Amino acid sequence: MPAINLRLGAFSAALALLAATSSGAIAQKKYDTGASDTEIKIGNIMPYSGPASAYGVIGKTEEAYFKKINAEGGINGRKINFVSYDDAYSPPKTVEQVRKLVESDEVLLVFNPLGTPPNSAIQKYMNQKKVPQLFVATGATKWNDPKEFPWTIGWQPNYQSETIIYAKYILKHKPDAKIGVLYQNDDYGKDYLKGLKDGLGAKAASMIVMEESFEVSQPTIDSHIVKLKASGADVFINITTPKFAAQAIKKNMEIGWKPLHFLNNVSASIGSVIKPAGFENAQDIISSNYLKDPTDKQWQNDAGMKAWNEFLDKYYPEANRADASVMYAYTVAQGLVHVLKACGDNLTRENIMKQAASIKDLELGGLLPGVKVNTSATDFAPISQLQLMKFKGEGWELFGEILTGDVGG
Amino acid sequence: MSAAAEDAVTEAPAVEAVPKRAMTLGTGTSLVILAALLVTPIFVKNFVVFQMTMVMIYGIAVLALNILTGGSGQFSLGQSAFYALGAYTSAVLMEVANVNYALTLPIAGLVSFGAGYLFGKPALRLSGIYLALATFALAVAMPQLLKLHFLEAWTGGVQGLTVMKPDAPFGLPIGQDKWLYYFTLAISLAIYIGSINLLRSRSGRAFMSIRDNEIAASAMGVDVAQYKTLAFGVSAGITGIAGGLSAIVVAFVAPDSYTINLAIALFLGMVVGGVGWLPGSFVGAAFIIFVPNIAESISKGLSGAVFGVLLFLVIFLVPHGARQVAMVAQHLLGKLTKKN
Repeated sequence: MPAINLRLGAFSAALALLAATSSGAIAQKKYDTGASDTEIKIGNIMPYSGPASAYGVIGKTEEAYFKKINAEGGINGRKINFVSYDDAYSPPKTVEQVRKLVESDEVLLVFNPLGTPPNSAIQKYMNQKKVPQLFVATGATKWNDPKEFPWTIGWQPNYQSETIIYAKYILKHKPDAKIGVLYQNDDYGKDYLKGLKDGLGAKAASMIVMEESFEVSQPTIDSHIVKLKASGADVFINITTPKFAAQAIKKNMEIGWKPLHFLNNVSASIGSVIKPAGFENAQDIISSNYLKDPTDKQWQNDAGMKAWNEFLDKYYPEANRADASVMYAYTVAQGLVHVLKACGDNLTRENIMKQAASIKDLELGGLLPGVKVNTSATDFAPISQLQLMKFKGEGWELFGEILTGDVGG
Repeated sequence: MSAAAEDAVTEAPAVEAVPKRAMTLGTGTSLVILAALLVTPIFVKNFVVFQMTMVMIYGIAVLALNILTGGSGQFSLGQSAFYALGAYTSAVLMEVANVNYALTLPIAGLVSFGAGYLFGKPALRLSGIYLALATFALAVAMPQLLKLHFLEAWTGGVQGLTVMKPDAPFGLPIGQDKWLYYFTLAISLAIYIGSINLLRSRSGRAFMSIRDNEIAASAMGVDVAQYKTLAFGVSAGITGIAGGLSAIVVAFVAPDSYTINLAIALFLGMVVGGVGWLPGSFVGAAFIIFVPNIAESISKGLSGAVFGVLLFLVIFLVPHGARQVAMVAQHLLGKLTKKN
């Protein structure tokens, strides 16, 4: 009897041990399609050709960055296999390419696909297939909708956040302002306008004295500027794309209208907007940013900027360092690496969304000091902080503290 | 280059007379291809099924252009506009008015037919490259028209419209992709057979007589104006059906999907497939879908240039497109059977 008992005891102990180790092993490593002990397969779609091909540099920078990660040993020992396809900014092509990525290449997730129409075209599919549509490269506000689309998450500050920040500034520094708004009559312009109204809250109706919209097909917006001046507005919210922004700045000066001028971040480029409009005409215009401007002298000795330059020297020497897209891509690629590291050995699609939705105060080298990445189960807008800047001399001067404008989709 | 290739290049280009018989494939070949098309989806991934569906849809649109150019000898760079019109008609009917997806197709066809017929009227005064330019204007204008403010309630403006993808009816145990594949196959087949019959009919002969010599045609009693606009209408109508199908299969429409690039792609598909040879339309469609992917896999940064080189090779080596390849194949096959 005792012998049998002993044997039984030993046996059950061994069994228990076996069970413990095997279940332990399962808990340690969990994979969905596209992940293994040696590799993580990431899909991406970029307009390398077609009307938006200028943005193709984002895909190239990301590829270079993952090369650097792989050269340094990968993520938890796994190499990133970055599969990037061209959709020429045409939504039907995006659908074809995303299906190729998910069904044929069997990627773990689709990272940073670019453009509002292409992302709209694949959003339903991604959520049906339950494949993460991670950190989409568009500023529309609708990506922050975890309830309807739990597999889609944004990245950069959305348009509404930006005007909410301007609204906060106006309420604080010019509470009796009479606001004139000029906006492009499409989803981009309307997104901005909505943010402004939400930010002003109950005072929106009394403070906004004029809303002028224009069609992107119009050759000039001069008449709208004259109307806005006639309305008696002393604050001008300029929601226009680069060509029109330059026209507006010039026309303001011509007719001698000198309101407090807010220019949307879309047109904050010195090269394509301010310079053509004339530096002398653009003094004291207020705009905002969240990335470090590589051409700005104040970051010369900044650690994040140095790391960025070293990365480009080694892995992407032909990059145009004045192109904001290169900095953008570098930052968002770092965001992905952060999420994958946080996932550890549990590389399931569910865990990726979970980790992407629980980023706390992440600081990245390309972001302005103080701008942090934050997400939660109900907040799918990772970056929603911006810093205001004023145009002085021949460059932007950052001022004030970092401001937050969180909005849902 | 061989002498044969040289000869082929110096032959009259683009729209030259195609004998009636040479417009189609033989019955045997057609049946083999049809059988292959019916069976393939069982063995391949859903994504490939989707790609094949897209090939057929673009094939229908190229076929429509082929009727216009290969049949009646008129050029059009505005096919993307009719394609967009059909796509939006289907999408809006499905999403706003809750019409069954299959019923939206004939409506899309009719709307596009109407638009094409009306456009054909003023276009009558133009011919050759001038007509191509006028239709080009149509293609450029279309995406902007779709973004118009007062249409936004239906079209969704710049954002576009997401369409519900239909399931297989009667509880058939096949997935959405396979169902849509067979659905598209049936429609392609109907349009293909219809087009062949059209070109072999009295109207078809009238089209071709206009293509070959307008003055002679009118001397023989063909109402040139009537048949020219009719060819435009029919071509636009078929393109509209292709557009409607694409809206159902892609499940999304947006103005950016229907730019001038699409019109050029369709034109390219027609040339690569062989002008006036209807089965070539589907070969041309496969070219415009798959070759950019091949080009991209060769070089990402230079995908456009690689595509250009591939296209140049095709045009240089087989200027009559797929038709020429098929004829050579037939010739070789004939030799083989003789020997045996």
